[in-house]
Amino acid sequence: MSKRTAKDAHLPVGECVTQVQDILRQRLCHQRLPDKPEGVESQHRHLLELLKRTAIHGESNSVLIVGPRGAGKTMLLKCVLRDLLEDKEAQKSLLQVHLNGLLQTDDRIALKEITRQLHLENVVGDKVFGSFAENLGFLLEALKKGDRSSSRPVLFILDEFDLFAHHKNQTLLYNLFDVSQSAQAPIAVVGITCRLDVLELLEKRVKSRFSHRQIHLLSSLTFTQYLERVRTQLSLPDGFPDSRFAQDWNDGVKTLCGDKSVEEVLQRHYNSSKDVRSLHMLLMLCLSRVSVAKPAIKPADLLEASRLCFADAKANMLHGLSILELCLIIAMKHLNDVYEGEPFNHQMVHNEFKKFLQRKSNSMYNFEQPVILKAFEHLQQLELIRPVDGSSAKTQREYQLMRLMLDHSQIMEALQKYPQCPTDVKQWAMSAFG
Amino acid sequence: MKYFTRLRVRRVYKWRGEPLSFNRKLKTFEYGSLVISVDGLPRTTVINAGQHILIEGEDEDNPYVAKVIRLFGDESGKQKKAVVQWFVRVSEVPLSKLKLLGREPHPQEIFLYQGRSCDDEVNAESILRPVQVKHLDRAAPFPDSGDKDTLFVKLSWDSKTFRELESAAPVASPPPPTPPLPKPSLPPSPPRSPPTAAPAPARRALPTPDPAVMRRAASGEVRGGRATTSAGKVGVTEAESLHLASRLSASKCSSARRRKAIARTPGVRKKLQLSSPEATTRQDILDEDRASEMMLAQRLSSSPPLTLRLTHSLTPLRKAGAATTPRAHRLTPLRKAHGAAVTAEDTAVPLEPDSRTPSARDDSTRIEEDNENSPMLSAAAATPRSSKRKSAQLVSSRIRKQLNLLENLQVLNSDGDDDEDEFVPSKKELQSSSDEEEEEEEGALESDEEEEVLSKKSRRAAAGSCTPRSKRKTTSTSARTPRKTPNKKIPPGTPRTPRHATPSIPSRSLPARRPGNVLEEARARLHVSSVPESLPCREQEFQDVYSFVESKIVDGTGGCMYISGVPGTGKTATVHEVMRCLQHAADVDEIPPFHFIEINGMKMTDPHQAYVQILQNLTGQKATADHAAALLEKRFSSAAPRKETTVLLVDELDLLWTRKQNVMYNLFDWPTRRHARLVVLTIANTMDLPERIMINRVASRLPYSFKQLQQIIMSRLNKVKAFEEDALQLVSRKVAALSGDARRCLDICRRATEICEHSPADPFSTGLVGMSHVMEALNEMFSSAYITAIRCASLQEQLFLRAVIAEFRRLGLEEATFQQVFVQHRALCRVEGLQPVSVSEGLAACQRLGACRLLLLEPSRLGVLQRVRLNVSQDDVLFALKDD
Repeated sequence: MSKRTAKDAHLPVGECVTQVQDILRQRLCHQRLPDKPEGVESQHRHLLELLKRTAIHGESNSVLIVGPRGAGKTMLLKCVLRDLLEDKEAQKSLLQVHLNGLLQTDDRIALKEITRQLHLENVVGDKVFGSFAENLGFLLEALKKGDRSSSRPVLFILDEFDLFAHHKNQTLLYNLFDVSQSAQAPIAVVGITCRLDVLELLEKRVKSRFSHRQIHLLSSLTFTQYLERVRTQLSLPDGFPDSRFAQDWNDGVKTLCGDKSVEEVLQRHYNSSKDVRSLHMLLMLCLSRVSVAKPAIKPADLLEASRLCFADAKANMLHGLSILELCLIIAMKHLNDVYEGEPFNHQMVHNEFKKFLQRKSNSMYNFEQPVILKAFEHLQQLELIRPVDGSSAKTQREYQLMRLMLDHSQIMEALQKYPQCPTDVKQWAMSAFG
Repeated sequence: MKYFTRLRVRRVYKWRGEPLSFNRKLKTFEYGSLVISVDGLPRTTVINAGQHILIEGEDEDNPYVAKVIRLFGDESGKQKKAVVQWFVRVSEVPLSKLKLLGREPHPQEIFLYQGRSCDDEVNAESILRPVQVKHLDRAAPFPDSGDKDTLFVKLSWDSKTFRELESAAPVASPPPPTPPLPKPSLPPSPPRSPPTAAPAPARRALPTPDPAVMRRAASGEVRGGRATTSAGKVGVTEAESLHLASRLSASKCSSARRRKAIARTPGVRKKLQLSSPEATTRQDILDEDRASEMMLAQRLSSSPPLTLRLTHSLTPLRKAGAATTPRAHRLTPLRKAHGAAVTAEDTAVPLEPDSRTPSARDDSTRIEEDNENSPMLSAAAATPRSSKRKSAQLVSSRIRKQLNLLENLQVLNSDGDDDEDEFVPSKKELQSSSDEEEEEEEGALESDEEEEVLSKKSRRAAAGSCTPRSKRKTTSTSARTPRKTPNKKIPPGTPRTPRHATPSIPSRSLPARRPGNVLEEARARLHVSSVPESLPCREQEFQDVYSFVESKIVDGTGGCMYISGVPGTGKTATVHEVMRCLQHAADVDEIPPFHFIEINGMKMTDPHQAYVQILQNLTGQKATADHAAALLEKRFSSAAPRKETTVLLVDELDLLWTRKQNVMYNLFDWPTRRHARLVVLTIANTMDLPERIMINRVASRLPYSFKQLQQIIMSRLNKVKAFEEDALQLVSRKVAALSGDARRCLDICRRATEICEHSPADPFSTGLVGMSHVMEALNEMFSSAYITAIRCASLQEQLFLRAVIAEFRRLGLEEATFQQVFVQHRALCRVEGLQPVSVSEGLAACQRLGACRLLLLEPSRLGVLQRVRLNVSQDDVLFALKDD
């Protein structure tokens, strides 16, 4: 019997790997909330207290959560809401309205969404709201009729708050903040934004009505914490069915994090961005390389993942170009060097290219003018070059002014990696003068 | 009787007959009736004093309802005026006050208006047509009448409360009073009813007195009439409630009678109306025949202020009245019951007969016509009508008197003494008797015409049925009650704007918790939303606004005021406080009642919505912007007869700016209209609104000084000791220096209490909010996050910022393309010993900085070509990066 239980603990490797993938993917992709938000405890407490007062005391509030992308603003809010709703009293009374500046692009849509989320449309039966004005009046009246002690508090969450500030007259914001500052239905307005200058976006009347509470989420994560986070993110929880596999896996992760090369890669990532999301992306790439044959993350996987993450998109595109197109790019690079970034047109590039051909006296690259023009247009389609603003349709295509959208380093990098790049082309690219 | 309400036609108003009297002081002629004819239609409508009428108002569908008291015109004959007693429709009662009613108002319900703010003098040319008004008992259900033209009165409205009409004794005992009541209400009926059959000949005999006497009487009457009305008016003011009581009962009676009539004629009222014109004409002819007699009789009977001579001639009438004694005796107890309270003015007494006419319009039209035929009569009719309403009560009192007379003449005389100075006591008796007589006379009229007209028949039937007055009343009431109850569903009358369902946030199951400790209490008090007990530091402004609005309300004029100031300086709060005070003043009758409306430019989606909102607040009507503008324009420019002053608060005025500026123009133009009675208070931040339209302004609302801010906080806290003294001072000084925004100040204090609450308990601390807490709150709110953000940025981002600055310095410009910065960035990477970054990586860092708005970027589709600017000063960046 004991043998059997022992056997149960050892799941087949394939099973284990599936389990690992499941658990970790949920963590990395589904943004599962951590049990305790790390590094933002004080903000968490502040926000929780604030929302609690709205939910329980009926005090109206407004607050902005500000922080760079990937700093955990939404995660913080979600944690707070989760904790808040554990309170039965709050859970019973709190109404939530979630708006996103990217979805509710104007006040009309936002108002409809609010009405829908508050289930107010039921009051008027199936009546479809006619005008925007009617809708606004409707909502305002609804909020006005409430009072601090008897109405259920409403929590308005405005994601991408800064986009709401671009709505006409900021009507929605004015009204929400006005309600939050007058004795109407208790509401809490929580704005989430990554713009530090968000207050400057608010019209002075709107600004005056905003309580000026801002919760900043600026991660002061050190590299050790960053490493620790990588480890915890990859580690399996205690409850994993096969404890031995979990043990092995966790040990593997620990050694991985201790690896010098891995540390270097992670350092580079850390230097580049402390964003949790980019870290998750990196780890996700590693995780996808885990298979039954290789049930662990090796340093090589991380290096490969890192290489993918840092790959330069434009340089990669250059690899797919034809020799002719590459030559044109090189000609443009020389023109840029000579004219210090002044725009060029097709004719100039063609001349530059012809100069190169004359020097070589090689007929290998003798292309017809239309072919070259076609290649030029292809580059434009790939957005490697773009026309200068304002000089569009009127001028002939050959004389339309263009700018190169590539940096020299990208061109050189691409040339290095370009398969079977003719040496004379390479040399031409390297040479200081056309 | 024609109804041409819907016809958009020109009406011609003419006096009917010669003036009854001439007021030398005012140079006005008093008339008995007004003829309204419509262009192109042969028919005419006659408006007599005492009739209920519709008066042109803002709302086409719901014209004003009133009762004509008297009609007069000026010497030139150009101006025709009418003095009316107003009624208000349900729609005219402010929505907020409708709740006081405690029930759903009937769509056709109207209320006797007892407020004093409305001018009771209207242009006669605003009269549309007569209307039927029924007085109902408070408890009585609304009869289900198919026609929309009948209105019901149950209560009176004095702009604050609804009152029962029958405030006096009759109310208390509705069933007993019924018998006596009918008498007054149907002035003709009581005396007439008993003798209906018999008296006719007697009556005939009466008018016969020689014409000369009549003429003389008439001339005397003219003078007398004048006196009567004035006296009547006085009386009205003296004993309003009493009047009310009796009037109600009277009207009740009449309505009952009318109903009877209607019931008789199977064809519903419409038919009656249709037939009536013909009846009228026929009547006219008939009248011609009898004109002389009739005239005399009518005049004699109806003219209350008869000269002594006249009274003498009337004496026989009194006797006729005496004939009714038995019946009168029957009534006596009742009469006493309600008559005791009544102080009757004899002047009003004569009006009675007329009061009957309007109420029972259908059948009475004819009689009116009669009156018109004989100028004298009409004149006589006019006089009474003017005070009819108020006099309804008088009727009852007079009846009582009459009864007294019958029983004991001495009593009557003594009555007369206190009642009227103008009248010789002895005359009084006469008068009362004459009333009776008159009634009889009418009865006679009926009998004459009986055979001819159906409608007449019905009326007669009604009259006949009422002969035993008390009986009739009771039967009618009993008949009414059952009928009404079943058809409770009333066909939607006037197209009322449906009160749109107002949604509300569901209420919470558990009540919100009350503040538990001092800090929580302080926090609640400091919340901007809490209504302060007083408004410190805005006393001067308060005074300015208050006296402005008050004076306008008292004068019944209009005006505008512009209030400007930076946000959070108490503009709206001051105005609201003013309105609260004024409302209170209006509630205790210090100033006339007014209507307060508030709109906010920010709370509407389009400037033109202002019209819609104003209209909706004003009348509850819904309309499109254009229509609303037209309606408002009409309302404010027409000489609307009765209008309360409207105080309109326009918040955030600058949002109402349109290209043509028509919204703003109207807002400032309406108050200047003569009849608008509109006070507009506008609030805005900007001071640069065109000066020409600014009539009055409380400008230069400077931000609060730190002393004022401190005072504001103190007054809000109201002795809740939660702050240390210097902490408060710090907050107020800081805010005063920054913006002077009181909201900010309150928010900081509120935040400070939170910080204090959650700061670890310091054994030495007082538990109050101290300097440190306030400092922390201030830092949270005012410190810019840029520097922290830069410090918290990743290494590459910081390098990029450095590269930006380096490139700026190299270029000597505050702008560079990404490409240029990137070169610097790579160089810096080499210097720092880091792996060179790729373009993608550099762009990503750049975009992240741009998202935080540390950098200002061009659209990212420009790639390496996008231009980069710093959104922070270079010094700040360098300062932030120095410490690392």
